[in-house]
Amino acid sequence: MSATTLSGAAAAEPVHSLWTVAAEAPSIEYAQLSPTLIVLGAAVVGILVEAFAPRRARYGVQVALASLGFAGAFAAVLALAMGGYATDKAAVAGVGAVAVDGPALFLQGVILLVALVAVFTFAERRLEPRAGGGPVDSFAAQPAAVPGGEGEKAAVKAGWTTTEIFPLLLFAVGGMLLFPAANDLLTLFIALEVFSLPLYLLCALARRRRLLSQEAAVKYFLLGAFSSAFLIFGIALLYGYAGTVSYAGIAEVVEGTVPSPGPALAASMSSDALLLVGGAMVVMGLLFKVGAVPFHMWTPDVYQGAPTPVTGFMAAATKVAAFGALLRLLYVVLPGLRWDWEPVLWGVAIVSMLLGAVVAITQTDVKRLLAYSSIAHAGFILAGVVATSPEGVSSVLFYLLAYSFVTLGAFSVVTLVRDAGGEATHLSKWAGLGRRSPLVAAVFAVFLLAFAGIPLTSGFAGKFAVFKAAAEGGAGALVVVGVIASAIAAFFYVRVIVLMFFSEPSPEGPTVAIPSAFTTVAIGVGVAVTLVLGVAPQYFLDLAGQAGVFVR
Amino acid sequence: MDSLIGLLVAAPLLGAAVLLCGGRRLDRTGHWLGTALAATSFVIGAVLFFDMLGREGEDRALHQHLFSWVPVQGFQADVAFQLDQLSMTFVLLITGVGSLIHLYSIGYMEHDERRRRFFGYLNLFLAAMLLLVLADNYLLLYVGWEGVGLASFLLIGFWQHKPSAATAAKKAFIVNRVGDMGLSIAIFLMFTTFGTFAFGPVLENADRAGEGTLTAIGLMLLLAACGKSAQVPLQSWLGDAMEGPTPVSALIHAATMVTAGVYLITRSGAIFDAAPTAQTVVVTVGAVTLLFGAIVGCAKDDIKKALAGSTMSQIGYMVLAAGLGPIGYAFAIMHLVTHGFFKAGLFLGAGSVMHGMNDEVDMRKYGGLRRYMPVTFVTFGLGYLAIIGFPGLSGFFSKDLIIEAAFSAGGVQGWVLGGATLLGAGLTAYYMTRVMILTFFGEPRWKNRPAPSPASPDVEPSAQESGEHAEPHPHESPRSMTIPMIVLAFGSVFAGGLFNWGEAFVHWLEPVTSFEHPHPPIPIPVITAATVTMMLLGVGVAWAQYARRPVPVVAPRGSLLTRSARRDLLQDDFNHAVFVSGGQHLTRSLVYLDHTVVDGAVNGTAAAFGGLSGRMRKLQNGFARSYAVSMFGGAAVLVAATLLMRAV
Repeated sequence: MSATTLSGAAAAEPVHSLWTVAAEAPSIEYAQLSPTLIVLGAAVVGILVEAFAPRRARYGVQVALASLGFAGAFAAVLALAMGGYATDKAAVAGVGAVAVDGPALFLQGVILLVALVAVFTFAERRLEPRAGGGPVDSFAAQPAAVPGGEGEKAAVKAGWTTTEIFPLLLFAVGGMLLFPAANDLLTLFIALEVFSLPLYLLCALARRRRLLSQEAAVKYFLLGAFSSAFLIFGIALLYGYAGTVSYAGIAEVVEGTVPSPGPALAASMSSDALLLVGGAMVVMGLLFKVGAVPFHMWTPDVYQGAPTPVTGFMAAATKVAAFGALLRLLYVVLPGLRWDWEPVLWGVAIVSMLLGAVVAITQTDVKRLLAYSSIAHAGFILAGVVATSPEGVSSVLFYLLAYSFVTLGAFSVVTLVRDAGGEATHLSKWAGLGRRSPLVAAVFAVFLLAFAGIPLTSGFAGKFAVFKAAAEGGAGALVVVGVIASAIAAFFYVRVIVLMFFSEPSPEGPTVAIPSAFTTVAIGVGVAVTLVLGVAPQYFLDLAGQAGVFVR
Repeated sequence: MDSLIGLLVAAPLLGAAVLLCGGRRLDRTGHWLGTALAATSFVIGAVLFFDMLGREGEDRALHQHLFSWVPVQGFQADVAFQLDQLSMTFVLLITGVGSLIHLYSIGYMEHDERRRRFFGYLNLFLAAMLLLVLADNYLLLYVGWEGVGLASFLLIGFWQHKPSAATAAKKAFIVNRVGDMGLSIAIFLMFTTFGTFAFGPVLENADRAGEGTLTAIGLMLLLAACGKSAQVPLQSWLGDAMEGPTPVSALIHAATMVTAGVYLITRSGAIFDAAPTAQTVVVTVGAVTLLFGAIVGCAKDDIKKALAGSTMSQIGYMVLAAGLGPIGYAFAIMHLVTHGFFKAGLFLGAGSVMHGMNDEVDMRKYGGLRRYMPVTFVTFGLGYLAIIGFPGLSGFFSKDLIIEAAFSAGGVQGWVLGGATLLGAGLTAYYMTRVMILTFFGEPRWKNRPAPSPASPDVEPSAQESGEHAEPHPHESPRSMTIPMIVLAFGSVFAGGLFNWGEAFVHWLEPVTSFEHPHPPIPIPVITAATVTMMLLGVGVAWAQYARRPVPVVAPRGSLLTRSARRDLLQDDFNHAVFVSGGQHLTRSLVYLDHTVVDGAVNGTAAAFGGLSGRMRKLQNGFARSYAVSMFGGAAVLVAATLLMRAV
């Protein structure tokens, strides 16, 4: 992005003042980039708080900072959307690096709301037993200490907590905000790394079962690095093909509408192999992030090992950001290759739906069950992506809004069901939960029904929207497979409901912890969004419909 | 005036709601409230009646549109009432007899701790029955139709602690479902043919529809009528329905609800007039039922079941008359009203006898009761004379007119129907004389009964035990029971003559049902003479059989016909053999099919997916290296597929 500006500066008159270079600096539309900037700024302040604030004050300051950061960024998104940047004033900002348009603002809004709710689940301090004379959260006392070692014991005893999770969350969200808005391949890659690295770290920070948590983080990191390699290699191939990393530039080359191609470009344009392989590899990097088959293997292990608040955040927000980026890539850069990637994504969608639904049947752990469910849902969303129509875009946007709150809510409920060893995630322990804690079980049942796509929940409206768009886009067979996969998936969702309400509770079953207002609000918001989007989806469908056009 | 029509239904409906929801605090006053509301409805009915008399024949019908029930495009269902002469007749009968029976029930149900609920159900019945006859469209009629079915079910099974009552209630309900299905199909057909349910448009345009459609509608309406009015082949429930309290038998299963089928056929007269085939089936059903019921009535020793057979037979007369077309509609309704009086009176008399005889129902254990229950004897006797068609009393006029109309049907059909109605008249005289003699004449057969069994001497005998063993002390019933019987006896004596005075009743109904004078092939005095002769013959045979020699307390074995008649002419055996066991075979084979094929397929699919899931799950082995390999393999496949797509 900076190649042109540097050459522009070099061509300018030689200057003697140290400061005159600033006059040649590229113009940055700070207002239009403000959501991302606010969040990243809050993250930097958070680091400073960690460095300078006394240990006791950090928790309160960090929670307030993160909440205010997300709320402020969301207000900025709202202001931009109301100012028309989602529709007629949609433009490319930051010297062509960042798009400010309908899909970007919609997804940024969703990510920020999810992040705000996620802060609440991160900040929950009433579920774990008190340690060292104070309440603690579900994150490691001292992450650097060896699990089970003396250092850990001392840290637990002292009641330490890892308040760095809040700046990490802020950084991750900052990357996620940039990801679906990225308008050139390098920005895409940088955004990917900016949100991935904090997530790897957060995955390793569980207070209980730390080895499992660290194993999950290492796996996530290794496989994530592997997929990043695919992505960056694909970017290199695309640059080799088009001679530019900007989305608009590549699209022009793909369509053959470049006004005067140089000799080198003319030579590479004649060979589509670079384009096809490069495009496929970039798409693969994104499919890894959404957890689609065959790049899904990390999902169950990481979802299970990571601290549950992190799992909930990751499952919701990563999917939103990654699908946003995938949509922009496919609809802005590669629409000319539609006939090449559509069948491939068809296959990926079908395999994701079926594999996710089928393997989930035999899962015995709630978090792994939800992980496979998220794989199946990635397939459902892909069905909307391959519709290649404005309806497809808006249906995916709506689905992501619906799905992210259901997921966040479901994982929040998982944090409540506990026994002596922490969260009781084995399904056998959930037997008869409906008798013991009818409210919690009923809330979880609402989320499961939404996952299954039962009418009057957001899941139904979302699934209906993507299947409708896919069917109108000529993907009838995909819809049939999707409906069959939904039927298979309904089996294991309903099985959990049956288990909760129609089984005898075991005497040494788990207890349901009474959370503080934080988690209560998080779950309440999840239920409210699920029901509102299920009962009266039209307003939000219209909203997503207005936000369905990409700028180029 | 129009707005009063809604109040007719509202009063008993309010009573039902208050009595059923009101709880125990109404236990002491509830029966008076129920009776008062029934009487209110009667008073409103009477006001409307005199108002109607003040207008000319064609202008007498009133309409009230209450609200649109299902207002959708192309489908209009309104809650609207129509009060014409036909509905008016029913309203007066229902509310009049209904109020009397409410009054009677106060005494009859005095010792029942669920009396409040009983009156709630009675009020519910009145409301539903009034809705049925006041509806101005078939859909609302259907609501009332189902409502009376519900009330009938609740009241037959009112003594639900008795398994026989619970079974009888279920039987009545299920048999009625068959008829209800006919009514719903008829309504569907009407909607597809005429695009509306309202009486006006349907009946005015009836002759424009094809005869095939009308025959189908007519037969389905007949099926409905058969269910509700206990006509062959859906007659089997009425005998068992006598398990209900006797006032219920009098009101619902003799005077009003069971005549709803006759109302339906008469109301739909325009459809039947245009479908001669359906009419032929109607008269056939009527003729068969009138003989069937009479034969069953001849053999029963249970006083209520004998009367139930009689009811069936008399409704057979009405259905036959209604099937004759314009020459018969008015006579059918006239017989319906007179029958409502004398049959209700007979049932109330039977209830009074049972009340005095510790709930004994076997007539062979009665005898000589006229000395102990003079009022009951006189009122029952007047009802008896009315039903057998003793000249001058109600039944004579109405039945004689039906017999004349039957002969007028023309040709062979006329002779067959006329013969059947004459034979029926003789049988009626026979079985009613038998009931009369067994109950009120002869030697008392209830004395010198064996002493109570000493099985549990110190346990206080329950009501049922005392009813079985203790020697009864027959006594006259309280005033609240005898007054209704006396009023009904007046009706039994005078109603027929009054109606026939200058053909008043026929002219009253003519604007609704239209009327043609019957022209029998033989002179009317001859028919009347034949009727009276048959009646005297029946009385004579019964007298010879039961009055001139002692009646055995235990019934003799009897001939094959007697034995099968005691078993309701084997109707239950037939139903059981054909429908019940057939249905059981069908369900068993369906269950087998469900277990093997359907469940097999479902469970097989589930097992297949489970197995697949278990195998695929093993791919997730926990090693990051194999995950990376699968990613690499997947990437290779994707790239290859992308290139392949371009190549293809």
